[in-house]
Amino acid sequence: MSDALTAETITITSGNGDEIQAYSVRALDPAPRGGVVVIHHFPGYDDSTKEIARRFAYEGYNAVMPNLYWRQAPGASPDDAAAAARATGGIPDQQLVDDVAGGLAYLKGLPNSNGKVGAIGYCSGGRQSFLAGVSLDLDAAVDCYGAFVTGTVPPNMPLKVTTLVDRTPKLSCPLLGLFGDQDAHPSPAEVDELEEALKAAGKTYEFHRYPDAGHGFFSVDRPGYRVEAATDGWQRIFAFYGQYLSA
Amino acid sequence: MCTYITETIELAGSAKGASGWIKVTDGSIYLDHPVHAPFGHTLNLDFRNPELGPAGRVAVELSQESARALVKAITAVLDAAPPGLD
Repeated sequence: MSDALTAETITITSGNGDEIQAYSVRALDPAPRGGVVVIHHFPGYDDSTKEIARRFAYEGYNAVMPNLYWRQAPGASPDDAAAAARATGGIPDQQLVDDVAGGLAYLKGLPNSNGKVGAIGYCSGGRQSFLAGVSLDLDAAVDCYGAFVTGTVPPNMPLKVTTLVDRTPKLSCPLLGLFGDQDAHPSPAEVDELEEALKAAGKTYEFHRYPDAGHGFFSVDRPGYRVEAATDGWQRIFAFYGQYLSA
Repeated sequence: MCTYITETIELAGSAKGASGWIKVTDGSIYLDHPVHAPFGHTLNLDFRNPELGPAGRVAVELSQESARALVKAITAVLDAAPPGLD
């Protein structure tokens, strides 16, 4: 058994046929394993999210992170690409679904895939992980403090964001939600709203809420980092994927 | 949170970045996670020229407190300018 990994920038085929850039981290060990599509946050296809992808591979999964801004800014640096995407209203939900579908197909096609794939996203990616779960056939989804799954989108919002709670009955997989009680977006009440919708739809879910954490508590390079919440959260994520992405 | 809060405006002027001076035609103003500044959220300014592609911008990330101070200072300077200047 090897713990060797390969991490590299590749091209994958999005669900709509477009070729897009992605960051792939694969375990070289041939033993079958699950895969994780990592959805980067609004600031883009950045170093910190690539590090998250590498962590999943270190923990025994294949991981891929599509560059969600590739169409808007091919070849641009991640921060310039994020600025360009923001200036043009962000990315449409269907584009996100297509790109996660491309990541899913890529992971399932790897020689050591066990056929199971989950998604995870942080911040805006948390909402998009839920969006992927209600749009695609996934085996597990993790929403880390995604805003605007529930609640109300402010009027005149220039970006293409809508709430998703009405689509909860279409959720294809178990959902793990990790939230900070001091977060305003999503607020505890908005997390409650999502939990009620999941109960009403009879979905399998697991929520953990951290009293001393706000938004972005996994981000080790930001002041919102909370070591206790992040440490427990990572354990919850790997326990959840261990349960649902195993062969 | 990724606030999504964004204003876009037309601008007329120039800015100097890594590639030298560029003509500025557009601006994005938003309160969201910074790339570099050591804060959770910052007031971010992108002075942009979309004709130059995504890299055609000069970016600034300011703490919310300093951004408000900047707004006051800009307004004070503009208000103090003699009338009739081009």
